[in-house]
Amino acid sequence: MASRLLNRFPTLNNTAQHILSLPFLRSTVASPFLLHSRLYSEDVSSRVPNRSSLNQVELAKFSSIADTWWDAEGPFKPLHVMNPTRLAFIRSTLCRHFQKDPYCARPFEGLKIVDVGCGGGILSEPLARMGATVTGVDAVEKNIKIARLHSESGPETANIEYCCTTAEKLVEEQREFDAVISLEVIEHVADPAEFCKSLAALTVSNGATVVSTINRSMRSYATAIVAAEYILHWLPKGTHQWSNFLTPEELVLILQRASITVQEMAGFVYNPLTGQWTLSDDISVNFIAFGTKNSQ
Amino acid sequence: MNNRGKGSLKYLLQQREIVARFVKGDQSTSQKKAKGRAVAAKIPAEVCGLKVPRRTFCNNIAAREHEENQGLPNNVVHYDIAIVGGGMVGMALACSLASMPLTKQLNVAIIDSNPALEGKTCIKKEDPPDPRVSTVTPATISLFKDVGAWQYVQQHRHAYFDKMQVWDYTGLGYTRYNARDVDKEVLGCVVENKVLHSSLLSCIQNTDLKKRIYPSRLNSMTLHQNHLPTMMDSTSSSLHASLAKLELSDGNSLYAKLVVGADGAKSRVRELTGFKTTGWYYSQNAVICTVEHKTENQCAWQRFLPSGPIALLPVGDKFSNIVWTMNPKESSACREMNENDFVKALNHALNYGYGPHPQSNLLGNNGDIFSWFRRDLTVSANECFEVPPDVVKLVSGRMVFPLSLRHANNYASKRVVLIGDAAHTVHPLAGQGVNLGFGDAFALSRIISEGIAVGTDIGEVHLLKKFEAERKRENIMMMAILDGFQKAYSVDFGPLNVLRAAAFHGAQYISPLKRSIISYASGQI
Repeated sequence: MASRLLNRFPTLNNTAQHILSLPFLRSTVASPFLLHSRLYSEDVSSRVPNRSSLNQVELAKFSSIADTWWDAEGPFKPLHVMNPTRLAFIRSTLCRHFQKDPYCARPFEGLKIVDVGCGGGILSEPLARMGATVTGVDAVEKNIKIARLHSESGPETANIEYCCTTAEKLVEEQREFDAVISLEVIEHVADPAEFCKSLAALTVSNGATVVSTINRSMRSYATAIVAAEYILHWLPKGTHQWSNFLTPEELVLILQRASITVQEMAGFVYNPLTGQWTLSDDISVNFIAFGTKNSQ
Repeated sequence: MNNRGKGSLKYLLQQREIVARFVKGDQSTSQKKAKGRAVAAKIPAEVCGLKVPRRTFCNNIAAREHEENQGLPNNVVHYDIAIVGGGMVGMALACSLASMPLTKQLNVAIIDSNPALEGKTCIKKEDPPDPRVSTVTPATISLFKDVGAWQYVQQHRHAYFDKMQVWDYTGLGYTRYNARDVDKEVLGCVVENKVLHSSLLSCIQNTDLKKRIYPSRLNSMTLHQNHLPTMMDSTSSSLHASLAKLELSDGNSLYAKLVVGADGAKSRVRELTGFKTTGWYYSQNAVICTVEHKTENQCAWQRFLPSGPIALLPVGDKFSNIVWTMNPKESSACREMNENDFVKALNHALNYGYGPHPQSNLLGNNGDIFSWFRRDLTVSANECFEVPPDVVKLVSGRMVFPLSLRHANNYASKRVVLIGDAAHTVHPLAGQGVNLGFGDAFALSRIISEGIAVGTDIGEVHLLKKFEAERKRENIMMMAILDGFQKAYSVDFGPLNVLRAAAFHGAQYISPLKRSIISYASGQI
């Protein structure tokens, strides 16, 4: 449905693609230019002149730091540090849902998983090591190149399929996956509801969908915007727009409208003393939601 | 030709013939060939458990084997973990990996040229105890029990002890420790190093861990540092681009995701990785030997003498182990002197030499001043000073080792991690050295298991740094305390002697302090 709507407005389609390309910066680090890229779908006319110049700027800036995706001490360091915690949640919920043995070293053997907005493949590679058949998609070509190169260096990760495409295109190709994972993407998307519908269309019935994002609360303003961008300089200024964050209730609602029932939700909490992230019940800043597609 | 294993050599050659024919026979599809190669690679591993160096093969067999190897394009073997050094700590790591569900499917290579690893040495009960022993703390014993190795230790000679007495030559104070102070049965167990090693080896032989023992030494190591691999010419080499490549002294080379340096104080892995160390040599040597008494000894004794402590540890069956620390001149003299003189010197050092016996200050005799103490008294506070048992005979040779303190500044970097003596060496005065090493091994295997649970590449720096942060804290604390003791007890200076005596009294009578000391030394804190 999203694709049909987009097809009626070809310029809208293209711009939506560019907008959607922004979230596929898998880290919250990459783009200061995101500020300008909040083009809402009703404002068609003013969008066109901005589109081409924005695109170049954005892609160039992203390409310049794309090489540092896998530098664990570089600008993507916060993401590398957060990664094991997210994977722990995904492992626990998916093992329980698909009834796999949690003590097995490769519990996802036989599952098809798509990582929407995979960036450099930080999430896709551990999923492949856990036995899954992983497809990573990202709208930025450079990211896909980096991800492909890095995954070739290990025998378990060499089978990851990377595509430079969007979720909508995958829906058009009628691809379906057992689990659809999209972490730290939805806060960069112009229309979250449509994005969720695409994610749902990619999931088989009774499959799993995992979405993570940042809450829209006073605390998250203080933490993710003020502290992270202005004080600690973890992220470039303007990476996030607080108004685009979703509260957990909103996320649950739009997922429900896309026929995904959220079963579990958890928060990530950062301990500045140890420098570690942990899973907790505190969803006031970063949170992750696991839902299942209703059976049709 | 090496005559040592002649019969076994013939068997070995026969097996290689069979394998060669097997590999050559399956030439229909490339897939089958690959499988054949994999099987062919595995069979010699099992068969080659016999220690026959390659160089001594018959010429034509060697040539044929060489030709086979040249014909296989991907003749390098991939391991998940390569443990360099198959001593007690290296084998403890392997055992621990074998015992956990998430890590027991890993492919492990153990590189050590020690022939004991072939598993053919047999420990006879009649042999006198080897002078190289270690005191294992209760924490280490429970870790061994968890991996299932302690049952093998119990089949050989081992000695639990539940009492300990520490005093010095000034005769101003003494401290007695008893396991009952902390409601435990034992303070520790003294086991010969070879028993510990063979128990770990037996434990690991009984598991399904896929391992291969390389009886050679590490020559060189290449770790690819760049995080972004550049375009490679062939896909096969790009598969190995980010792994560590190890070259061994017998010409083998292998790839591994993680290299563990468990190769002791003069670690080659540490040298190749370029980790700097901090530390200093104590101007002391340790003389160790095994002695015999008339009756069984069930207490651990340690007396601090002007030039260093002398420790008497029970080893079982009326035998005890002596660790006598002294300056290098005296240690050479001790090694040269004849047995009777040495036994006399031992009794002198343990008993009536250098100074008087401390007075036994039983708390009950001191009237009402200490009545408020009596409520919380430990069992050992009421024990008198005892004289250690007489040494009757020397039953082993005397070995001398120089002592030093050394600590690697970093334990981990990409794809490399150090454990055991490779990372830290300490003074033997509290018997903690190998226990720190075992602690490292078990912690590393737990962290590897946690990494595998979330699909991490086990050679990744973040994971290894987690291990480093955890163990560095504990190791440095223990090293600082031991070094402090060593320095405090090596000075003969009036006021300091009184201070030390006060410390002895304090530890003896202040129960919470004594309990903390025992718990910390037992590895429980």
